[in-house]
Order: sequence, then structure tokens, then C-alpha cells
Amino acid sequence: MKRSHEPIFWSLFGAGGVLSALVAPILIFITGIIAPTGLWMPPAALEYSRVLGFAHHWLGKLLLLAVISLFLFHAMHRIYHGMHDIGIHAGKGAMLACYGFAAACTVVAAWLLLAVGT
Amino acid sequence: MAQIRTYVRPMNGWWRRNPYFVRYMIREGSSVFLAIYSVILLVGLLRLSQGQAAWEAWRAALTSPWSILFHWLALLTVSYHAYTWWKVSPKTAPDLRVGGRPVPEVLIAAGGWLATIGASVLIYVIVRWM
Repeated sequence: MKRSHEPIFWSLFGAGGVLSALVAPILIFITGIIAPTGLWMPPAALEYSRVLGFAHHWLGKLLLLAVISLFLFHAMHRIYHGMHDIGIHAGKGAMLACYGFAAACTVVAAWLLLAVGT
Repeated sequence: MAQIRTYVRPMNGWWRRNPYFVRYMIREGSSVFLAIYSVILLVGLLRLSQGQAAWEAWRAALTSPWSILFHWLALLTVSYHAYTWWKVSPKTAPDLRVGGRPVPEVLIAAGGWLATIGASVLIYVIVRWM
């Protein structure tokens, strides 16, 4: 019997679900709302040197990669299975596109984190 | 030859017929916002790697009203997802027992909600003051 690849994607979906349930609301609130508007967050908080320093540290790299990659594997898994709900009966191509997009973004993020240096 | 005409229940807008399905679609729909948000972060990482001017341009783009509106919608839907994620966690997580008795479901869910609140406060304090 051919082994299913579902456990791999379900694990990534689950990991992304836990991570997003823990930190996605506050991250969206900080980077998308209070930092750009300057409400409850000084502009210096996300200034270039500070964020670059975070991206230089190995722990910062790991956190950035985990957030971008796992959020996407979680979201693309939901989007792939959710297509059925809105009447699109997607096949193998849609599955490849969804997981492929998450995988490609993961590779790009990892490459950028290496390129940005230490 | 006569066409066989059997009744097929129309499925258009099926989820609008029941509030339970509306909530389901909001939760599933949050993943679209989460995916876009991840791409925004990835673009931010790209701009960071391109130097200070590029980084400042990314930050400036995030101050546009459309960006703020998007992030408010993302915050609402993704927060709802976080709420439901922990709400069903007693059913999705392995059986948790203390002293041979199953831990009450509401305590497991409450643990998740508290973890989200704790992580949120911690991240805010670190970003703002450390």
C-alpha cells in the first residue's frame, strides 16, 4: 500500500496552528497596526538596526523562519481543503500549488536569513 | 432520449444558511489573511536584506490606510481562529489525565487561552522595552 503523505502536511498544519494561535494576533497587531500608526509603540521599536540585529542572531533567524514557514503551511493546508467548501473541486495540481507555495516561501525565507548575515 | 432530471439540491451559498457554518467559514477564511500576512513578513525580510532605504520603504508602505484595514481584518479573523483553536484543543490533543482522571475540557481550553495572552504580553514587552 502506498503510504500517505497526509501526516507530514497535517503535522505542519498542526504546528502552524499552535504557533499562530499563540503569536499571530499580537504579531499582526504590532507590525501591522500599532507600529505603523505609532499608537502604543514608538517608531524606534522596529527601526532598521534593531530588526537587523534580531535577524543576525541565530534565535531571531529561527523564530522568523518558524513564523513565516509554519504560518504558510498552516494557511495553505486550510486553503487547499477549503476550496471544496466554495465549490472548487481541486485536484492534484491545486495541492501541489498550495504546498509548493508554502515550501517555496520557506526556501526563500531561509535563503534571505542566510544572506542577511550574522 | 429524454434527459433524466433528478433534483440536485443547490449548494450555492450553503454556508450562509446556518450561523454554525458562517462561523466555520470565518475560521477557515482566517487562513487567507494569515497567508497574506506571512507574505507581507517575507517581503519585509527581503527588504531588510536590501538595506536601510528598502526597509524604510516597507515600513512606509505599511502605514497606508489599505494596509491598516487589512491588518485589522486579519487581527479579527486570526484572533477568532486562535480562540477556536484552543476551544477544540481538548478534542484534538492527546488524552490528558492527572491522577488517573481526565482533565476537564474547559481547563485545557483555558490553558491555551492563557498561553496566548501570556505570549502576547511577553512579545509586546520585549518589542517595546527590551
